[in-house]
Amino acid sequence: MGEKVLMKGAEAIAEAAIRAGCMAFFGYPITPQNETPEYFSRRMPELGRVFLQAESEVAAINMVYGAACTGTRVITTSSSPGISLMQEGFSYIANSNVGCVVVNAMRGGPGLGDIAPAQADYFQATKGGGHGDYHSIVLAPHTIQETVDLMYDAFDLADKYRIMVVMLVDGLMGQMMEPVEFKEWVDVKKFKTPEWATVGQGDRDHRNIITSLEILPEGLEKMNLALQAKYKKIKENEVRLEEYEMDDAEYALTAFGTVARIAKTVVEMARKDGIKLGLIRPITVWPFPEKEVAKRADQVKFFFDVEMNEGQMLEDVKLAVNGKKPVHYYGRLGGVVPTAEEIYGEFKKLVGGK
Amino acid sequence: MKLIYKKPDTITERDTTYCPGCPHGIAHRLIAELLEEMDLVKKTVIVWPVGCSVFGYYFIATDAVEAAHGRACAMATGIKRAHPESFVISYQGDGDLASIGIAEAVHAAARGERISVVYINNGNYGMTGGQMAPTTLIGQVTTTTPYGRKPELNGFPMHVPEMFAALDGPAYIARAALDSPQHIIQAKKFLRKAFTAQKNNLGFSLVELISACPTNWKMTPVEAMERIRKQVLPVFPIGEFKVAKGVE
Amino acid sequence: MEKKVIINEERCKSCGLCVSVCPKHVLRISDRINSKGYHPAELFDNENCISCGFCYLICPDMAIEEVRRPEPVKK
Repeated sequence: MGEKVLMKGAEAIAEAAIRAGCMAFFGYPITPQNETPEYFSRRMPELGRVFLQAESEVAAINMVYGAACTGTRVITTSSSPGISLMQEGFSYIANSNVGCVVVNAMRGGPGLGDIAPAQADYFQATKGGGHGDYHSIVLAPHTIQETVDLMYDAFDLADKYRIMVVMLVDGLMGQMMEPVEFKEWVDVKKFKTPEWATVGQGDRDHRNIITSLEILPEGLEKMNLALQAKYKKIKENEVRLEEYEMDDAEYALTAFGTVARIAKTVVEMARKDGIKLGLIRPITVWPFPEKEVAKRADQVKFFFDVEMNEGQMLEDVKLAVNGKKPVHYYGRLGGVVPTAEEIYGEFKKLVGGK
Repeated sequence: MKLIYKKPDTITERDTTYCPGCPHGIAHRLIAELLEEMDLVKKTVIVWPVGCSVFGYYFIATDAVEAAHGRACAMATGIKRAHPESFVISYQGDGDLASIGIAEAVHAAARGERISVVYINNGNYGMTGGQMAPTTLIGQVTTTTPYGRKPELNGFPMHVPEMFAALDGPAYIARAALDSPQHIIQAKKFLRKAFTAQKNNLGFSLVELISACPTNWKMTPVEAMERIRKQVLPVFPIGEFKVAKGVE
Repeated sequence: MEKKVIINEERCKSCGLCVSVCPKHVLRISDRINSKGYHPAELFDNENCISCGFCYLICPDMAIEEVRRPEPVKK
């Protein structure tokens, strides 16, 4: 432990999940994240764990749903079009109160789009995506090391709240190589089948039924209110963000994932020029750090949101700022990754215009 | 007095939600009897489908999950792979399995998943009001084939056991019918073999049960059972299509 | 003599399948009405019932709760 190894992001994701105690993988191949299932397919059998290549993403997520009903730490990994196919399953998982981890290595869309890195699934990930009122916890790491670290938390959160946790990364994160350090292995021998799991009644004095169905509106409303209560608890306790050079900042960039990483370089460029620019980087994009962003509205002159989409997180930033200060936006679409120079150029136009 | 038959304890006291004369209840009772006789009740998880039997977990007292429409075999796969000690049954209708869920069912069969599928074929979508199913007979009038099912327009009825028997994964594939006491006794024998296939870790098993839908067929329950014998069984013959060693 | 067929009239939905398969015609639909509004099936001729259990096998509502056969009379 403590030793740094050079790994491709897509493989580091799998290794981290395995060390975090993931006992089962179900998935379907899709570019740009095929190295993840391939890595699982080698490692899981070595450890006596489950790897299964499903016949489709639709089947894969329902296998995850089934495994989650047994209280098993389970994962699927995919990319945008595959994640779209899984939305029905996500909705069922939400209203069944079972936990799992889903990695979305986002690529350019809509439709078949391309296989370049993008962030255009933000709405889909943070606003539910499938039918009904529900949320998943959505983690948006900006380096491979952070992805690896958050994977442990992802499984813990999935277990703690019996909820789906999305690891929202992009194709770039999967394809690049970085030195990473893994935390200690989670001791899977300590795992116990939870009391609520559907594995056969056994010695229990009651049987377990896991369903998202409640035909009476009043009953379904109760189920919904219970979900909302859970979401409230998560909002109160699980918000995470990084504020970079924000202490004295007069301007704030907002960005997540890969773009946030580029934004750090932009901050450094601005600071070199004597401009007090900082970065607010949500790590949980759901729950979104609304209070923290709102607080900075009293401090900065404006916010500058940068994303690889048409301005999706922008809406959450605007809601948090609530009209107190201008919120500007710059983005690239279709899998184009903006450069630091490009973003800084756009930022300077905004500052100069004042 | 000697007890010949007794309602299994695994059938709950709750009244079923099925129409009068609907054979779902017969299938439920056969499953419950076999789980008791084979000492499987406490190990069993039943994956219930979307369809008339969506509330099945209210009627058979085992652990249960409720799948999305057509995804029961995928969900059953997830449960069985994650927890191989569980005895996993996927209970599905003809719309659920042969239409929207055919991919999940075929691949579970091809992989030889250690699950047992109870597949109810009543030739239409019962819960949604009697639309055409993949199993609707040629000429049969449904709410979406008002002029009768026409091959040139709607194709032909799907024979699931015959299709699945061509795969290497299944250990036991059969078709039985629920129209008469004799056929019901036979159905139970077939289901026992299907459950044995899973119990003995031999592979995938499926039993199609030819059923009736008196309400949507617009017949009395007795007429509906007669229709099975006269019109359905000639198209969907009873039989065993694959029997692996060790199932008997 | 004790009843050979025990019917839970509350579970019965009056589908008539038991009546249709009874080889001895000892079952019929009664005039009574259960709480669901159905006329439950009844065994009206216990003596001629042969305890074959066909009614139990076909009953889709598990309303036929028990079928019993008299022990053979010892000589």
